[in-house]
Amino acid sequence: MNITILYFARIKEVVNYSSEDVELPDGIETIVALKSWLSGRGDTWQKLFSGGGVVRAAINHELVDDMATFEDGDEVAFFPPVTGG
Amino acid sequence: MSALIDLNVSVQADDFDVGLELQRLRAATPQAGALVNFVGLVRELSAAGQLSEMVIEHYPGMTEKALQQIALQAAQRWPLLGVRMIHRVGRLPAQAQIVLVAATSLHRQAAFEACAFMMDYLKTEAPFWKKEVGDFGQHWVEARVSDEQAKQQWKLPK
Repeated sequence: MNITILYFARIKEVVNYSSEDVELPDGIETIVALKSWLSGRGDTWQKLFSGGGVVRAAINHELVDDMATFEDGDEVAFFPPVTGG
Repeated sequence: MSALIDLNVSVQADDFDVGLELQRLRAATPQAGALVNFVGLVRELSAAGQLSEMVIEHYPGMTEKALQQIALQAAQRWPLLGVRMIHRVGRLPAQAQIVLVAATSLHRQAAFEACAFMMDYLKTEAPFWKKEVGDFGQHWVEARVSDEQAKQQWKLPK
């Protein structure tokens, strides 16, 4: 399936881009699976998703936990814990 | 069952006039007997040193929905008549206004508690990120455990 991934704040600076369209292999349909698939891209990605820092996720503008599933055409976002207000 | 008759949420770069916003909220909810508001400001002094500006990034599309959901949750819990939320984004100098949360209700307790509730949820659920810039360089602000704890207290039975 194809999804769009957005990155924000510190995470955007670490991966060095703000969005990308990706075609996922079969079986990658949860946030946790997506994180592990992206970690395969190299050290930077692996540190990001399995290092100490917390990475939050949203699917189509809704905050979700790691077990949440997405579908073809969805917008997935990764970002640090929020600090507004 | 919500009593809400006026809900207005904005995410904007421009500054806001608190007096004007409160006046509009009063006009939209003439039955109100109480109006409570909170304004968050950019502190001059951060933990790292003297601050020259704050840069606020957000997730366009999700931010507005998140604020709206927070306001609606508050209106489910307290008999609010009106809610106004404004959050600024972009580059803000020290002392600038960042956020306004205001609520009207028949009696004061609902508006007081709802404003505190909405700020606690805004700080932990709305997708904004602050970066501090100053004589120390620049860095992303870390999320505070105390903010998450403040939100959790609303989930405890009264």
